[in-house]
Amino acid sequence: MTFEIILQAIVSGLLMGLIYALIAAGLSLIFGLMNIVNFAHGEHLMVSMFSSFWLWSLLGLDPLFSIPITILLMAGCGVLTHYLLIRYILKAKMLIQICATFGLSIFIRALAQYLWTPDFRNVDQPLLEGRIELGSLFIGQPQFFAAVACLLAFFMLYLFVTRTETGLALQATAQDREAAEILGIPSNRMFALGWAIGLGCVGVAGGMMTNYFFVFTDVGVNFALFAFVAVALGGFGSIIGCLYAGVIIGLVESLGGLLIDPSFKLLYVFAIYLLVVIYKPQGLFGRY
Amino acid sequence: MPIWDGSMLLDIKNIDVLYDDFQVIWDLSLSVKTGEMVALLGPNGSGKSTILNTISNLIDHKTGDIYFDRERISDRPTFQRTAMGISHVLERRRVFPHLTVLQNLFLGAWHQQAKQSRQQSLSKVYRMFPKLAARSNQLAHTMSGGEQQMLAIARGLMGLPRLLMVDEPFLGLSPMVVKDLIGIFKNIVAEGISILFVEQNVRLALSMADRGYVLESGRLVITGDAEDLIDNDMVKKVFLGS
Repeated sequence: MTFEIILQAIVSGLLMGLIYALIAAGLSLIFGLMNIVNFAHGEHLMVSMFSSFWLWSLLGLDPLFSIPITILLMAGCGVLTHYLLIRYILKAKMLIQICATFGLSIFIRALAQYLWTPDFRNVDQPLLEGRIELGSLFIGQPQFFAAVACLLAFFMLYLFVTRTETGLALQATAQDREAAEILGIPSNRMFALGWAIGLGCVGVAGGMMTNYFFVFTDVGVNFALFAFVAVALGGFGSIIGCLYAGVIIGLVESLGGLLIDPSFKLLYVFAIYLLVVIYKPQGLFGRY
Repeated sequence: MPIWDGSMLLDIKNIDVLYDDFQVIWDLSLSVKTGEMVALLGPNGSGKSTILNTISNLIDHKTGDIYFDRERISDRPTFQRTAMGISHVLERRRVFPHLTVLQNLFLGAWHQQAKQSRQQSLSKVYRMFPKLAARSNQLAHTMSGGEQQMLAIARGLMGLPRLLMVDEPFLGLSPMVVKDLIGIFKNIVAEGISILFVEQNVRLALSMADRGYVLESGRLVITGDAEDLIDNDMVKKVFLGS
């Protein structure tokens, strides 16, 4: 095994990891804000990929250009999710909350299968195609730009949460909902905003992945599982923790697959999850 | 009978409050005049905090009406009440632990009017609480209990209140800090802001308040001027048990 191959694995792992990180950031934001785990996160990712696919298939829009539409669509989907479902279960028991979002995931997936059949689809000849060659290193163009877009989105999310007035109100609501409420920050609107941003993140990731990934109704399952591992590893509610955790997971998946056995690559990722749960349950950057 | 008495800033008329099916406040009426300091007294579990929470609409009331500055506010959401000038400092301070002092204060001025005078309010509360000015970039959870209480009150003042409600302001504070806070309360009232506060220590509360309301098991037992209440047998009975 040569150095070039290992380097190649590191680069691919890094590129994939940044996508995991952004998906996890959406999940973490929603959890940190209102203590609700979105078990339909993978299905939301699937919807964003289908949105991107149909915009290409029906309107001829390249996935690269339909990104803003997909983001807006997913943000709208987030607001709807809050007002039609989450709002009613905010004060419910945890089991009810789990059943609600888990039920939503089954509903979305079944609806997608009914509407679009479980076929695998893909975008033919997107603008982002081919690869960049750096010496002996091959980097897929769509993968590269997807990672760049995710990193950019991550950076913007971070700036929004830490540097803007609304972001501050979002943090305040996450830290003490009632205390924020009595200052005049309407928590219901903050929650809706949290869902919009959380699913907007998924929109960026899904939209960019449509360039090189098959689009099918079960596509979100593995990504959602990885997002859960990333959130646990990074620390519940920590956005920046997701970035590190996502990259670590991407690297472990890719290097583990290369160095040990590729058929077990999911196993390595979940082994990390177990180690975190046992030895550092608060995660790398967690407060809880 | 006029529904609203002209001299009142806050006027509560015959409210009942229930947690699900469990009634905690029974037919309560209470009022606060402009620039007045009013103490809400009673033993543990008598419903003092519930009343403050009802005034800021963290809890609904079932019957009766709440008026603030001539307007019926019973159906208004919390953020509208804040904008009208009701600030509520919750029990146990409840500052945002992982935000800085400055960020906490910044968030205190959230409605439109308060946002516009944010800078002025900030320099005002920094003058009032010099310790906060020195620690403006410190995370709130790293401060002492007394400092956090000061921050919570300062954050309440950032919302340009006409009525400041404070729940158990002196809980767990050293006598020195308590003395400081009493001075600050007097300054706030001198500016024409009314204060309605909840306190367990009857003697302390009545020594600083203009009037007091005494509650027992969710019902109003006695009310009157502070100096009349301080030696009242009924008050002693409520707190000492017999």
